[in-house]
Amino acid sequence: MEKMKDIMKEKLLEIKEIALKNIEEVKSLEEFEQLRVKFLGKKGELTKVLRDMGKLIAEERPIVGQIANEIRDELENAIAEVGEKLNDELKRSKMNKEKLDITINTNEEIYGHRHPLLATVEELEDLFISMGFSVVIGPEIETVENNFDALNSPENHPSRDMSDTFYITEDILLRTHTSPVQIRAMKEMGAPLRIVSAGRTFRFDDVDDTHSPMFHQLEGLVVDENISMANLIHTLDIFIKELFGPDMKTRYRPHHFPFTEPSAEVDVTCLKCRGKGCEACNYTGWSMELLGCGMVHPKVLEYCGIDSEKYTGFAFGMGIDRITMVKYGIDDIRLLFENDSRFLEQF
Amino acid sequence: MLLPVKWLKDYVEIDKDARQLADGLTLSGSHVESIEGLNKGIEDVFIGQILDIDKHPNADKLLVCTLDMGNEHLQIVTGATNLKKYDFVPVAKIGSKLPGDIKIEKTNFRGIDSFGMLCSLKELGYDDSVIPRDMRDGIFVLDKKYPLGTSIVEILDLDNEVIEFEITPNRPDCLSIIGMARETAATFNTVLNEPEIVIENEADQISDYLDSIEAPSDNCNRYYARVIKDVKIEPSPLWMQTRLMEAGVRPINNIVDITNFVMLEYGAPLHAFDLDTLEGKKIIVRQANDGEKIMTLDGEERILDSSNLVIADEKKPVAIAGVMGGFNTEITNSTRYVLIEGANFNEKSVRLTSKKLSLRTEASTRFEKGLDPNLCQISADRVCQLIEAIGAGVVIKGSTDVYKNPKKEKTVTLRPERARKVLGVEICPEDMVNYLNGLGIKSEIKGHLIESLIPTFRLDIEREIDLIEEVGRIYGFHNIQSKPLIGVLTRGEKPYGRRIEDRAKNVLQGLGLNEVMTYSFISPKVYNKINIPEDSDLRKYIKLLNPLGEDYSVMRTTLMANMLELLSRNYSRGVENCYAYEIGNIFVAKELPLKKLPQERKVLSIGMYGEKDFYFLKEAINTVLKRLGISSVEYSKEEDNPSFHPGRTAKLTIEGEYLGVVGEVHLDVAENYDLKDRVYIAQIDFDKIVHLANTEIKYKPLPKYPALLRDLALVVKDDLLVGDIEKLILSHGFGLIEKIELFDVYTGSQIPEGMKSLAFSLTYRTPNRTLRDAEVNEIQDAIVKDLEESLGAKLRS
Repeated sequence: MEKMKDIMKEKLLEIKEIALKNIEEVKSLEEFEQLRVKFLGKKGELTKVLRDMGKLIAEERPIVGQIANEIRDELENAIAEVGEKLNDELKRSKMNKEKLDITINTNEEIYGHRHPLLATVEELEDLFISMGFSVVIGPEIETVENNFDALNSPENHPSRDMSDTFYITEDILLRTHTSPVQIRAMKEMGAPLRIVSAGRTFRFDDVDDTHSPMFHQLEGLVVDENISMANLIHTLDIFIKELFGPDMKTRYRPHHFPFTEPSAEVDVTCLKCRGKGCEACNYTGWSMELLGCGMVHPKVLEYCGIDSEKYTGFAFGMGIDRITMVKYGIDDIRLLFENDSRFLEQF
Repeated sequence: MLLPVKWLKDYVEIDKDARQLADGLTLSGSHVESIEGLNKGIEDVFIGQILDIDKHPNADKLLVCTLDMGNEHLQIVTGATNLKKYDFVPVAKIGSKLPGDIKIEKTNFRGIDSFGMLCSLKELGYDDSVIPRDMRDGIFVLDKKYPLGTSIVEILDLDNEVIEFEITPNRPDCLSIIGMARETAATFNTVLNEPEIVIENEADQISDYLDSIEAPSDNCNRYYARVIKDVKIEPSPLWMQTRLMEAGVRPINNIVDITNFVMLEYGAPLHAFDLDTLEGKKIIVRQANDGEKIMTLDGEERILDSSNLVIADEKKPVAIAGVMGGFNTEITNSTRYVLIEGANFNEKSVRLTSKKLSLRTEASTRFEKGLDPNLCQISADRVCQLIEAIGAGVVIKGSTDVYKNPKKEKTVTLRPERARKVLGVEICPEDMVNYLNGLGIKSEIKGHLIESLIPTFRLDIEREIDLIEEVGRIYGFHNIQSKPLIGVLTRGEKPYGRRIEDRAKNVLQGLGLNEVMTYSFISPKVYNKINIPEDSDLRKYIKLLNPLGEDYSVMRTTLMANMLELLSRNYSRGVENCYAYEIGNIFVAKELPLKKLPQERKVLSIGMYGEKDFYFLKEAINTVLKRLGISSVEYSKEEDNPSFHPGRTAKLTIEGEYLGVVGEVHLDVAENYDLKDRVYIAQIDFDKIVHLANTEIKYKPLPKYPALLRDLALVVKDDLLVGDIEKLILSHGFGLIEKIELFDVYTGSQIPEGMKSLAFSLTYRTPNRTLRDAEVNEIQDAIVKDLEESLGAKLRS
């Protein structure tokens, strides 16, 4: 009986030796797989030997079992190691062979483009929202009352002429600025108030490279107790630096608008020459008339039912077409309305 | 407003140069358009005297002149015809320079050498519009003797600049040299010296020459007249002519030039009549009679009506008040007696007359803006003073003045505290008073207040805020220290509709569509181009009263035409693929003509041509809708939309409500826009989308149990709609069908004519258990049976 135990032990060791030798010689995944089945599979060599375990006496079984398990572990480890190595080699050789010509362009545009002007509008609105302003909107077709009368525009003011303003009836027109939205907002919401409003505006201008009968404005309004010109300047300075860069300088020039008093126009450092003076800025270093602003005229507040002694306010407005053009260096306003894909796809 | 700097300095003590003046005045509110030197490039042009003029031996039209330059004699050939012996003329010698980078060289004219050039005013840099008429075509012949060899720059005072200002409409008083001098004095805190008006010798009495002035019309605020006798009409002195030309006015003769000179000085237009031509020695300011005629100074006959104010004598109108004088009473070389008119007319009346007659003049533009009636007397007297000073005539004693409601200075009170509050800056009352006095607004501190007497030329100052503005601009807005906004913290937000719009735009952008922007007004002709029937509601558009031409004459009721137009433009420019969208307003009138404001409705318009097709567009819309939480949209055939392809167009509805249309453009319409590719358009009611949108998202648990997949390949009639088949399939699903996907459509060999093969993949799943094969098979069988029976489909093996 002792013989049986020794025979099995010898067989096991023999299997181990052959297996380890074979494993060392494995070249391909197929060979590797065959080898794994041959030695470790359900019908493999090792299993075959262990089937004879029944022939052993009870005391011997654990001894042989232990040897068998040790050998199995050893073989499994060896096989796993080789398997890993083979896999690794295979991956590497695959990656060495596989190549894409990454210079090929399929020219497939994946993303659409926002219109530069409308994107600018959104950018400006977001900026003012972050400063506590709410966006409001008003209609493109307005009453003469909201567009002119309520804004203290003199009855004979040339801007009311048919050579300046598009009329639909005597009392209804295409708004010439976004300021009527101020009137609507003040009438509806009263004071205090912080709003911006952007949109389409219309004036009787023939199309050329700087004019269009339809253009765009953005208007802002703050009404509260103790609002001053100093607050206006602070707010617009922040806005201009945010839009054009922190090194921008501003210049507030007294001007005249019927709906603000005092009124000012704002010049900004010329973006082309950064203030050094160039042809674009007429050698002044300033981009002229980028914004109009001022303290809301007491008559306008009173018209909207707001106590002009208690409350003061400031308002500002700007041509967004012009701002977009300055920002992107666009030299012809017509490009904004032509919608040529080759233009739009630059933004 | 052109401001010659040297002229300005006649009235204000200041030693700043043009640039410094321009910068300072800009910051106090007078916007500078440009600064230009008067010398546009003249170098070494001197006065010479013509000693001899000979005919050119070889050319009929040329003359050979000998010039005495003081230190040398020059032979110069010229083609001018206005020269005579001993005239003084400007001479450019060899090496001299003229405006336009012209350098004079020795030239040979048909065998005769010319050692220079005699100059015209144009060659010296003057604009045609200001050169006196008799000098337009010839050499500039000087009015008198000058030392030979004097520089022409010195004689014409060209070492001088002109600043051009853009004056805002509220400040007509600044459209004058004295007005700008006053601004300059206030800005630079210096002294204004207005001319002192003194007439040395006055003769006779005005009543000897003028019987009366009647001005019954309310449109005449004031009529002030003076008379001059023994008038000698001749050119005005060169100094006056150069001032006028610098300010953009053409010299005519001494009397007219003086009235223009004073108009530029004070800002109020004046007129001079030949008194002998006024019948009845009377001036009557009245409304014209309907059909009354007058020939104006420009030689045009004008037909008037009762809305026009005229100056008339006993028999006829002699001027259109505030617009233009009459031809028959014009100052001519034989004029002996002159009536100087200093008048003030209602600005509205002048404006309407000027507009009605399409006649805009320097005078009318000034009157339209409103003028101080107190200037009438000052400026007419100033004219008399200058006439006397240059010896153009003898001033008659006295004046006739009709001035019904004399304009008086009024008092406005300013609270210094209020000024500080509005400007946000500490300015002491004493400084405020100084600023105001500098502007000619007599002010003094009274207790806590400042009382200001508003001069009558400041028509714009009515109340306290107007004075605050004056204080602010002289203090300088640029000197105001900025301060952050204070007050209750507010949250800035966008209206809901705009947020939905932004979200939709982001999705559309992600789908590869470009955002476009088109005009709100269109041509009514486009409705034919897009096949809209005559009786369609779309043709109930709002018309502009005064469009810029037909192309921009009606407010759009559809965005389709704008879209087709831009697609067409891209197409014609060779853009291969164009995918575009716009969210814009259409304008819907409740009634026409408009009584109330119309409805403005937002429409999402998508248009495209190129590689992508109908299904891309449909999916794009679905994606937008899905991202906005709208899922129950249905597509049904739209066969009778006249703008679209009858077989390739769908109507979108949600629970029966119309949402829009998507499809291929009708081939006629595409042709109307020269589009030869297939063109796809969608028009969606965006207001409805905003209304239906639901951006709240609720999480659904992920499936715990596996799905069962089944394929279904069918052969059906070609015109059978996939949507109908899918509806039928779903009706058998007992809620177990999670998804139906059409993965193949095939027609061609092996499929009978008029039929098509469709392959669907069905996903079955239920959330609370694993489905059994048998139950799914049972459903599949029922589906197939129904498909065969109701739709005539055949299962394809």
